[in-house]
Amino acid sequence: MQDKINLNKNKFSFKKIIYSGGFASFSSALMAIILGLIFGFIVMLIAKPESAGAGFKFITLGGFKRIGDVFYFATPILMTGLSVGFAFNMGLFNIGASGQYTMGMFFAMYVGFMWDLPPSIHWIVAILAGMLGGMLWGFIPGIFKAFLNVNEVITSIMFNYIGMYIVDMAIQGSSTMYKFEQTRTNYLPASVQIPSLGIPNSNVNWGIILAIAIGIVLYIVLQKTIFGYELKATGFNKFASEYAGMKGKKNIILTMIIAGGLSGLGGAFAILAPSAIAGSSMTYEPINIIAPNGFNGIAVALLGNSHPIGTIFSSIFISHIQRGGTLASLVGYKPEIIDVVIAVIIYFSAFAAVMNETLVNFFKNHIGKKHDKETANNEVSDNEIKEAE
Amino acid sequence: MDTLYYIIQNMLPVAMPLLLVALGGMFSEIGGVVNIALEGIMLFGAFFGALFVYTVQDLGLNPQVVLLLGMLIAAVAGLIYSLLLSFAAVNMKADQVITGTALNMLIPAAILLFSKMYFNSDGVTTSMNFYIREIPGLSKIPVLGPMVFQRTYLTVPISLLFFIISIIVFYKTKFGLRLRACGEHPHAADSVGINVYKMRYAGTSISGILAGIGGFFYSVGVMDGNVNGHTGVAGFGFLALAVMIFGQWRPVKIFFAALFFSLFRTLAYSVSLIPFLYNLGIEQTYYKMLPYVATMVVLAFTSKKSRAPKAEGIPYDKSQR
Repeated sequence: MQDKINLNKNKFSFKKIIYSGGFASFSSALMAIILGLIFGFIVMLIAKPESAGAGFKFITLGGFKRIGDVFYFATPILMTGLSVGFAFNMGLFNIGASGQYTMGMFFAMYVGFMWDLPPSIHWIVAILAGMLGGMLWGFIPGIFKAFLNVNEVITSIMFNYIGMYIVDMAIQGSSTMYKFEQTRTNYLPASVQIPSLGIPNSNVNWGIILAIAIGIVLYIVLQKTIFGYELKATGFNKFASEYAGMKGKKNIILTMIIAGGLSGLGGAFAILAPSAIAGSSMTYEPINIIAPNGFNGIAVALLGNSHPIGTIFSSIFISHIQRGGTLASLVGYKPEIIDVVIAVIIYFSAFAAVMNETLVNFFKNHIGKKHDKETANNEVSDNEIKEAE
Repeated sequence: MDTLYYIIQNMLPVAMPLLLVALGGMFSEIGGVVNIALEGIMLFGAFFGALFVYTVQDLGLNPQVVLLLGMLIAAVAGLIYSLLLSFAAVNMKADQVITGTALNMLIPAAILLFSKMYFNSDGVTTSMNFYIREIPGLSKIPVLGPMVFQRTYLTVPISLLFFIISIIVFYKTKFGLRLRACGEHPHAADSVGINVYKMRYAGTSISGILAGIGGFFYSVGVMDGNVNGHTGVAGFGFLALAVMIFGQWRPVKIFFAALFFSLFRTLAYSVSLIPFLYNLGIEQTYYKMLPYVATMVVLAFTSKKSRAPKAEGIPYDKSQR
């Protein structure tokens, strides 16, 4: 987001913008998004040529009609995205966001069902419990990585499964939580649900506000604190930072605890969300499936270049096209097309940086200074598009 | 004794996909490319294998011939899909973990999309029976016969064959040695005239072939020939990575690691048939967790002295010295 600030300060210093890291990650993300959407359009053309245009319009623009839902569904993936991105800053790949998310959800649910607290603080305690659950599930891979040198990818995948089985078993074993006939959890009491933001026909709630605030706090932690600096330094060069006296092991464990807590909060926000239908609530089905929101969080973090502010925007964007994909089923497309598009976006974003470099070099060498102003104008409009998203 | 035979007969069809995929991961990683996309490649191979079986199942062919042909199709599919990883990792010098994750995410969604459009279901369902009661002749060998050649699938002997070929390639050929050099110190390998890019493509392609076959064998031996986009291959690609690390990137150790893991999994799913375990009265979910917990415990003890290829995950850049 530094590029945006630069842009406002001195509007046409094209060079400053193009050399800033923010611009590079933004334009490579944009390029990946465009390539992904083109791929999706081609798939739609092959599958059902006659309604491809209408379907594509739903995917790209449909979300605007359901802005409340976009923010509601963005909340959990924003949290898991922040979690994955935060760990990524330290060079850790937290693929265990799913397990931490499930754990957080379970802890929040446990407080919701089992503890009898005054309504004013019940939901706050449940959210904090969710964070605790996630922290616990991030702490374990952290310990394994720091002291036993076990690859955190393997550990967190194993703990995705272990966590999922434990949670499903615990829920099925409790008659207060589990409704056997409907293979889902009971409705949570109203006192534990997060207050709604009051947008009609939507479940959007204070969770999204909290999530965005947490994203901004993370940005400050990463950019302005010693801990954040150490974290990034360790991610950049483990040995150099160790040599400079930073405590690598402590930082690994702390990072994983924080990342786990963020995912846990995502789980809590998801299950504690209010339902638009009175007297009901969100429910969870213990059917031995690993929470997809954890994996979507990976996509969100990668698209946002692991930057907390970038992650906020990418989560909203992904939620936006997911809503669009749901709407595209009106003209006969399956919503899974969005998962395909997202995967293709991530694939391209992995090497979009390389392509971007080539493109920038091309601009510098072949087009020269007289086109600078024109390109800067394009850049402004690009930013406007992003704001609209 | 019958219980023991029963466990082994059930264990091997589960162990073999793990073995093949872990060997695939090994070939990729000793060449220097981290292949986290194994899960996706498995599912891709399994899907095309099952699709082939689905189209020919009514022609009245011999099931074992269909199995072999399906295996070839799955191998080609896995190879093609792994090229996407090779291209990103070798040519574009992209982050291999991110690329792998993207490839893993793509396939379940694509399968669901395709199957919902054309079959109106979540995957491909086949009705061909690949089960073998006993292989004539070989099943009469004492001890080994009932273990490997009775009540099994053709996937087991084929996988063992691939395993032996892998050992030979790994230890006894010029190619194996060169591939390992590319994963340990690519610049040194380059300086003596080995084309690192080509070798890395080769390593990843082998892993694609093995993972594609492994995926198809998983669908045959574990899922009765079906492929489902929701459950996919149930994390077997990731488990294979764990098996590979547990096996310290060496074929024989990987073989035992795969057996170890599948033993726990088989026990978990057949508790009710083993009187001793059933009488303990422990909830079945604990057994289902057991393979994962056991892997963690084992990795905790073996990872201190990791023998991972030194240059794995680092894109090779000729200009860097």
